[in-house]
Amino acid sequence: MTPIAYLDCAASMPVRQEAVAEMTRVLTELPGNPSGAHFAARAARRVLDDARDVLSEVLGAGPGDIVFTGGGTEADNLAVLGAQAARGGTVVVSAVEHPAVRDPAAGLDGLVAPVGCSGRIDLDALAALLEAADDVALVSVMLVNNEVGTIQPIAEVADVVRRLAPDAVLHTDAVQALSWVDVAEAAAGADLISVSAHKFGGPKGVGALVVRPGVKVAARQIGGGQERDRRSGTQNVAGVAAMATAARLTADRRPEDTERIAGLRDRLADGLLAAVPDAVETGITDGDRSGRAAGLAHLCFPGVEAEALLFLLDQAGLAASAASSCASGAAEPSPVLAAMGVPRDQATGSLRLSLGWASTAADVDRALEAVPAAVARLRAAR
Amino acid sequence: MSGGVDSSLTAALLVELGHEVDGVTLRLWGGESDQGCCSVADVEDARRVADHLGLDHHVFNFGPDFDRQVVAPYIAAHAEGRTPNPCVECNRHLKFDRLLGRARALGFDAIATGHHARVVERPDGSRRIARGADGPKDQSYVLYMLDQAALAQVLLPVGALTKADVRERAAALGLRTAAKPDSQDVCFIQASSGRRGFLESRIELTPGRIVDAEGHTVGEVDAVELVTVGQRRGLGLRSRQEPSFVTAVDVAAATVTMGRKEELLDRDLTLTDLVWADRPASGPVLAQCSAHGEVRPGVLDGDVLAWDEPQLRVAPGQSVVLYDGDEVLGGAIVG
Repeated sequence: MTPIAYLDCAASMPVRQEAVAEMTRVLTELPGNPSGAHFAARAARRVLDDARDVLSEVLGAGPGDIVFTGGGTEADNLAVLGAQAARGGTVVVSAVEHPAVRDPAAGLDGLVAPVGCSGRIDLDALAALLEAADDVALVSVMLVNNEVGTIQPIAEVADVVRRLAPDAVLHTDAVQALSWVDVAEAAAGADLISVSAHKFGGPKGVGALVVRPGVKVAARQIGGGQERDRRSGTQNVAGVAAMATAARLTADRRPEDTERIAGLRDRLADGLLAAVPDAVETGITDGDRSGRAAGLAHLCFPGVEAEALLFLLDQAGLAASAASSCASGAAEPSPVLAAMGVPRDQATGSLRLSLGWASTAADVDRALEAVPAAVARLRAAR
Repeated sequence: MSGGVDSSLTAALLVELGHEVDGVTLRLWGGESDQGCCSVADVEDARRVADHLGLDHHVFNFGPDFDRQVVAPYIAAHAEGRTPNPCVECNRHLKFDRLLGRARALGFDAIATGHHARVVERPDGSRRIARGADGPKDQSYVLYMLDQAALAQVLLPVGALTKADVRERAAALGLRTAAKPDSQDVCFIQASSGRRGFLESRIELTPGRIVDAEGHTVGEVDAVELVTVGQRRGLGLRSRQEPSFVTAVDVAAATVTMGRKEELLDRDLTLTDLVWADRPASGPVLAQCSAHGEVRPGVLDGDVLAWDEPQLRVAPGQSVVLYDGDEVLGGAIVG
């Protein structure tokens, strides 16, 4: 059998065994609906409340600030659409947001704040936008970019927003951040924070939105009034419990994991830059990766089509993606790369390799074999 | 694999023959469409058939190429009053150039499609497209651009079967697409809004005069671009003493010329963009001027086809496919 390497952790991170065990335990032992009034309901509610405590600690929020959702997209939608609906006004988002933020903002005729060639938001341009716009309801800037891994200076963004749009709500999409960044600290200045369990070793289909006290968010999903009327629907109790377990482990092990994975990522990126002629590490100048999340390597190979490259890597047993997995195989260069000013012929040959807590040196070795071979083959066929 | 029954069975037949097979669905048209090519449901059907057959399934997004090489020329041709055949251009540029090139680069030996036509080998080792076993379903007309290099790497396994056989075998294999209706017409044109709806949202249509052979105005049309040479109906003219046909379309002058049937008869046809399966042919040939049109004899000399008997004029932009019996020699576009 072909050895395989899973380097698509930004699309979905392998689930931690402890989270699987916790999810199984809750599914097996706790039948109750947490909104009920009997012992079984109380047991389920206890699980939710414990998870809320864990999440609030990991995210630097109060337990009452956590709204459980059906994933990162729902949390992002609730933040952007819900905050805007609660008070009206203009929405401003960065040019490198995930579609779960970008598209709702576009639907509200939102303004777009540009980024520099590293993918980092242009704070002067943001300030100019906020000064010129009237009645800004919400500013949304993601903490870690899902395609290239740029870490945004949310504290500095918060300063600009407080100064120039003091009534605006600041949202940060931290979906890609939790594994690599201390979100409690980095997003302390944000009013709304989105996270998604399957990006840090929890199950798919569960996430959370932090809503700071006093911040108004109009519900998008209406019904039984769960989550303090902010998100109706019976909570995914087992998923939430597993998410909390994964969040706890991720936060506890973050310092060692980040250091180990950054070392693997550096070896991977440096190795590919050395092995593939004309390879470019997207948005990186002079090899400085200090502004990047540890798990992400994003490279462009001019003269190669991403779709064909991924096909060959797939056959070689390497799971990777071109941009975000949501646009996998898309022939149009990603809006994120376009916003960073990556030339089109470069962007069409893009490859995202993303590592996680389970990644090993063997995965990196596999990629260092497969990627240069695939690129060489495709270039030879031109 | 388009998600239809023909390409589904094609994949199954390749597996039966012992080939190593991957399923590929082309994502071509990103705009509005009816159930037909490229809808999400069709991609899902293709994927589920591939799953059923134990094949890996992939989607290749050639949308930008399709826009550039099929849709844009289609619009431009209509804007000039020509009558393009987008399916021919899709085969020429997307299926048997872009896809075949991608397949070669990825290390595949051949591609197979569900077209109803056959690839036949001649005594000298060269290959030609030949008509499929099911006459009314024959698609050799839209495959005339395949050259020797392509023909050596293209398999058309359902071309030896009738459509009824295809459905029967697909059903016997439990393929979920066995009873799926055939796709109709141009994939990016919606039945509800038609060619007019598609074009009027992309170019400004030209209102014009209908004139007779002497240049007298006999009526009006609201879009010259939508009129095709040879057309009889749909122009809102009161029935006249004798049947009247469109003999010419001139977008620049905003006129459509009508005439008697005799005025629409041509003795010969000038061809452009001639391509050949192998080497250029001359002398007696059979020519087919539309996807399911009749075959007429003529004599080819260079780029002029002299009809044995005068024939109704073929609209500029249409493809003319030249046959030797049931085998395709090559084809061209009407200038």
